[in-house]
Amino acid sequence: MIRSITQKKSEEAIDLLLNGLNRIFIIGCGTCTTLTRTGGEPEVRALKEILSQKGKIITGTTVVPVACDNLTRDFLREFGAQIDQANCLLITSCAFGVQTIARQLRKMVVPALDTLFIGKETGFGMFDEICTQCGTCIIGETGGICPVTNCHKGLVNGPCGGTNHGKCEIDVAKDCVWTLIYNRLKELERLDAMRKYQKPRNHQGEPKPGKFKLPAA
Amino acid sequence: MPTTFKEALKSGKFVVTSEVAPPKGTNLEKFKHHIELLKDKVDAMNVTDHQSSVMRYPSLGGCLLVNEIGGEVILQMTCRDRNRLALQADLLFASSRGIHNVLCLTGDSIILGDHKEAKSVFDLDSSQLLEVIRILEGGKDLGGNELDGSVSFCAGAIVTPEADPIEPQLIKFEKKIEAGAEFIQTQAVYDLDKFKEFMNYARQFNVKILAGIILLTSAPMARFMNKNIAGVSVRQELIDEMASAPKGQALQKGIEIAGRMIACIKAENMCDGVHIMAIGKEETVPDIMAAAGII
Repeated sequence: MIRSITQKKSEEAIDLLLNGLNRIFIIGCGTCTTLTRTGGEPEVRALKEILSQKGKIITGTTVVPVACDNLTRDFLREFGAQIDQANCLLITSCAFGVQTIARQLRKMVVPALDTLFIGKETGFGMFDEICTQCGTCIIGETGGICPVTNCHKGLVNGPCGGTNHGKCEIDVAKDCVWTLIYNRLKELERLDAMRKYQKPRNHQGEPKPGKFKLPAA
Repeated sequence: MPTTFKEALKSGKFVVTSEVAPPKGTNLEKFKHHIELLKDKVDAMNVTDHQSSVMRYPSLGGCLLVNEIGGEVILQMTCRDRNRLALQADLLFASSRGIHNVLCLTGDSIILGDHKEAKSVFDLDSSQLLEVIRILEGGKDLGGNELDGSVSFCAGAIVTPEADPIEPQLIKFEKKIEAGAEFIQTQAVYDLDKFKEFMNYARQFNVKILAGIILLTSAPMARFMNKNIAGVSVRQELIDEMASAPKGQALQKGIEIAGRMIACIKAENMCDGVHIMAIGKEETVPDIMAAAGII
């Protein structure tokens, strides 16, 4: 399953965003940010406590099941009065959830998190970015591993000179994806795929902002 | 005496290149001094392109200065800071202003430099940049449009002969040659036996190879490179030799080691020449060449 991976904004950053906004309703998310412990029930409770100590009035809190779902509007209806009393919503979901709620309620929204990437859980408590939705998929030629996403530089013709013992030049905790691709293709006896010259990529596979409309049946 | 870098490569002589680094700022005095010092001694000088992702005076500007002062110049171009429009435009500019040698590089990560929050580009990679040069030479741009006046370059690339694992590097190396690399300047070589192994493989390709020589300035500097620079592995004997130098004599020892390695590469005819990188100590390049007996 894909997950939206987030990290908490610093307390100082949240203070700045909440400057002049004193009546706050806090909304957590029961899905991705609960899993990553960045915006579930305990984090909402902690924020309530910190902000109360700073003199903010917390008109209420809740954790919606799936903030990015259109049903969030119905879920929040029962908190109508508390939301009405607030002059802003502090939201500990990813930016998908924040934007969903911003469309649903006529309230100023303040994200308490930064959204890092859309990731996959690759081990207990481990999440990796594996696709950046580029619109021009080449993993059919790289053994099913995406270099556009997993090479720090998005290189499609092999590793740069910064690779070292199978790790990336920016962080030894990050694998050099071209070592992974090489190992995979070697195992599959398909190294010829790696020898193929890849032309400059089309970076406008889907010009931003992405839009998709179901064709008429 | 060959006059251009391309002719030097073709001549069969032992080719020597070095590099000069543009300054951080507009005070060009030291940079000019390095150019003056090297212009009649090396076959060409590379002008680095925001080396280690540190913002500096541009490589193109540095190349123009070499053309003014004298000497052959190699424009280093990384793919980090420019998209394909800007890279092609700079190649047109270079060609129109008498810069005819280009070294195509991917470029270090932005994160390693001094503008860590900048957007990195990497619209193209090094092998694609080589191909772009060949396309421009054919009178068209990458979009397939006709050029009014084309370009001509002697294009090169790099390889890391001591990379681990080496095979992915070699696949990329072959792509660079297929894409049109005429010369290769290698990452620093410190283990000549390993380098010979690499050359036994590389000799099958129609490309000139210049072994990278990075001047060691102290034992801690050697250890720092081993720890922080990918594909650089200074052998323990060399570190010990650097450490054995009397106080204040480490640089001299480094010059001696670099000279000795170059002399050995030349005597054994291991490759087509050397690329000397005396990072921050460019003024020692003539001393290194003298120690190698090639000046």
